[in-house]
Amino acid sequence: MSKKDSEYLINRKDNQYEVVIGLEVHAQVLSESKLFSTSATKFGAEPNTQVSLVDAAFPGMLPVINEFCVKQAIKTGIGLNAKINKRSVFDRKNYFYADLPQGYQISQFKDPIVGEGKVILDMPNGQKEVGIERLHLEQDAGKSIHDLDPQNTFVDLNRSGVALMEIVSKPDLRSPDEVNAYIKKLRSIMRYLGTCDGNMQEGSLRADVNVSVRPKSSKEFGTRCEIKNVNSIKFMQMAIEYEANRQVDLIEEGKTIDQETRLFDTKKNETRSMRSKEDAHDYRYFPDPDLLPLEVSEKFIEELKNDIPELPDDKKKRFIEEFKLSPYEANILVSDIDTAKYFEEVVAKMGKNKDIKLAVNWITGELFAVLNSKALEISQSPVSAKNFAILINLIKNGTISGKIAKTVFELMIDGDKDPQKIVEEKGLKQQSDPKALEALIDKIINDNREKAIEYKQGKEKLFGFFVGQAMKASGGKANPQLINKILKKKL
Amino acid sequence: MSDITKQSLTELVENIKNKKLSSTDVTKAFIDRSEKSEELNAYITNDFTSALDKAKKFDQKPNLNLKLPGIPMAVKDLFCTKDIKTTAGSKILNNFVPTYESTVTENIWNEGAILLGKLNCDEFAMGSSNETSFFGNVQSPIDKNLVPGGSSGGSASAVAGQLTPVTIGTDTGGSIRQPASFTGIVGLKPTYGSCSRYGIVAFASSLDQAGPMAQNVKDCALLHEVISSYDSKDATSIDFKRNHYSKELTNNIKGKKIGIPKEYRVDGMPKEIEDLWQKGIQYVKDCGAETIDISLPNTSYALPTYYIVAPAEASSNLARYDGVKYGFRAKGENLIDMYEKTRSEGFGAEVQRRIMIGTYVLSSGYYDAYYLKAQKVRKLIKNDFDEAYKKVDAILTPSTPSSAFKIGEKTNDPVSMYLNDIFTVPVNLAGLPGISIPAGHDSKGYPLGLQIIGKAFDEQNILNIAYAMEEKINFKNRITDWWIK
Repeated sequence: MSKKDSEYLINRKDNQYEVVIGLEVHAQVLSESKLFSTSATKFGAEPNTQVSLVDAAFPGMLPVINEFCVKQAIKTGIGLNAKINKRSVFDRKNYFYADLPQGYQISQFKDPIVGEGKVILDMPNGQKEVGIERLHLEQDAGKSIHDLDPQNTFVDLNRSGVALMEIVSKPDLRSPDEVNAYIKKLRSIMRYLGTCDGNMQEGSLRADVNVSVRPKSSKEFGTRCEIKNVNSIKFMQMAIEYEANRQVDLIEEGKTIDQETRLFDTKKNETRSMRSKEDAHDYRYFPDPDLLPLEVSEKFIEELKNDIPELPDDKKKRFIEEFKLSPYEANILVSDIDTAKYFEEVVAKMGKNKDIKLAVNWITGELFAVLNSKALEISQSPVSAKNFAILINLIKNGTISGKIAKTVFELMIDGDKDPQKIVEEKGLKQQSDPKALEALIDKIINDNREKAIEYKQGKEKLFGFFVGQAMKASGGKANPQLINKILKKKL
Repeated sequence: MSDITKQSLTELVENIKNKKLSSTDVTKAFIDRSEKSEELNAYITNDFTSALDKAKKFDQKPNLNLKLPGIPMAVKDLFCTKDIKTTAGSKILNNFVPTYESTVTENIWNEGAILLGKLNCDEFAMGSSNETSFFGNVQSPIDKNLVPGGSSGGSASAVAGQLTPVTIGTDTGGSIRQPASFTGIVGLKPTYGSCSRYGIVAFASSLDQAGPMAQNVKDCALLHEVISSYDSKDATSIDFKRNHYSKELTNNIKGKKIGIPKEYRVDGMPKEIEDLWQKGIQYVKDCGAETIDISLPNTSYALPTYYIVAPAEASSNLARYDGVKYGFRAKGENLIDMYEKTRSEGFGAEVQRRIMIGTYVLSSGYYDAYYLKAQKVRKLIKNDFDEAYKKVDAILTPSTPSSAFKIGEKTNDPVSMYLNDIFTVPVNLAGLPGISIPAGHDSKGYPLGLQIIGKAFDEQNILNIAYAMEEKINFKNRITDWWIK
């Protein structure tokens, strides 16, 4: 394998292969109730406590569309720069399984609610556009639990009927890194929109990964395999790497690749055949006669458009223009909506004479470090944006040095204390009185005459020694710029 | 009052309101007769004890402002009834007790009626003779070993045999109108979307409609008025302004234009049916209406279309009966084996036949040729009616191509059984209302019915035409009580 010009290729002898990847992302709609029933959707509830007669498919029960979920899907479509279809149709996807009470999943087959769109990825070597084929609404199935009993399988229907958005990309992705960036971008957009919490641990975001390979120069697609239900970005990347190499090996051995559905074994780090094309289910899709075609008006869509917040791409552009941030810095700040919110709140609280660069450095440096070590989200930050802004201002106006600020920050973490108060109580205010500092420096030079002479004779390294002595003597509170200035004069 | 069970619903309501009869009197009378009528096999489940309790309770504090004050009523066992076993005529639901009530029955109880029991029907409403029921065939009160029609066979038998004053059935391809025709009663299939499907065991969702079955048109109108309502729990329910069908009922149909479709004159139709139709034409003319020859050119495709669409939907609707959650479960080696055994043992032959047809027509490679084409033809059939209704207010046809047949006569010939629905099926495919009224007898003395098909949501109009014709026809059902020893 090699990465020339950041291109992801698989090398074998004289041949180079390109990997073609398309994703079907299943994103759980952020909604209090299910797609066609009023049951709750809370994660982690006791098994079978969030199940209505509709979810359990009792005789004579009928689905009724949840308007909120429709709005969420349309909003997501808008966020993906996609065409919103004013008329979409719910179909039944028929198959038997114990955790599928109806014996069919209500999905959208021929006429999805959202059509073609695109997302932009920021890759190290520039931007990359990934096409969206479609987004459709569908019901989730229940959960089969096989490992609680040696003889029986248990079924939990809490998830049965929960609304999912299936977001199908075009086969535009070419590397595990791009997949990483794509999933993160989707997640970011949906979190901005509040349409999916993107929580992969809880299964709110998972994907079927379609992988094929082809000789580097080829324009035709190879035979693809679909890796089902991968629930972390890391596993997606591992699965793609394994699968692409497996396919290349087959081609190199002169064998053909079977179009099939495969599973990724996370323990063995390999993909395994699940079912071949011949064994593929015949889902017997047909329009669900219990539901009329879903029709939305132009006005309905327009109202939702007005409801769309500033999305990461626009926010990034604005941060660069308004705050003179580098694209790199802007990216870091906008990728997560809560980080962007925190940053903007800090900026707002800093007032007129603000140092945005300094704030950015402190957020991505000290704050991120603390959050990381404590495994906290920025929304749970122990330091509020308000106090964070005060701290940055204290540095900016010379009240404290950057070094002291780190001490103050440590103290702020415990109970979101006001840095101003900490500085006052602990007497950490920077010494910026030139007369006092001059006296202090005079004493140091006097005490270290020999070193002063050595410095004058050209041992310039010793300047640092004098700065250190001065800082030490001031208890770290001396204004370093002033110390430098005075020392240069006196030595 | 000895002949309580012979009274019409309208008479019973009046007598209860005038306090000439108590709900207990009426309920007792129908229970007595029902108990003496076991040979008809009209009931799957009776709820007589609790019905009598409810009647007594009603009499203690009668609310006489209700539309069905203290009226006992048995209903087809396709309607889910809270805490009362609901089987859909199938072994697979033989132990199923719903915790909920269908909207249509809820509407009935809300107007003061009292549940007598659940009436026999073809399994999952699939049949035209009530012979596919897991609970055995139903006898017609017209004659021994005669089918009452189907699928609402128990309902038809119970109304004609005076086991219940009125009832409700469901009609997917003729399941109200055909048995009504076979037993000499009135049956209305309302416009699709008029009555909620919530809580009705589904057969074919895009065709199923609940509707009233009664001794006469006025009773039918009253019951329809009670059951028809907009229901947000059914996404196909339609919110339109509903009439007070019984109050607005009139026999004045002067100047109405009645279409006579030439395509309903099918090959091999007995002369008796043709004669009846001609009589019907004369009756509407006598009432001051005008008849106009019309064409519904795609009529001959209706039956094959129906037998693709209905099984397709049924094959999917019945997937939920898998032994996992409720109902009958057979023991199996593993999940698939359990499914196969449960469904092989739980479903009868006709249901299995339709599941197989439905699965076939939806499968990849056949979908376009069958299901998709059927949907297109369905649109053409609807267009035929739309065209016709530019010229006429309603359409008059025979209800069935023959009178009732003997039990067992057609069980081995499904196609000849399916042909029974030839005049009723187009109405379901087009989503229109249709009513069958008794109009005469054949040479064997069996009842024959005429069907009036209306425009969508125009139930009032066809009820009025039926009401006017009923007066002219002056039909008398020949019930000999042959089954009562």
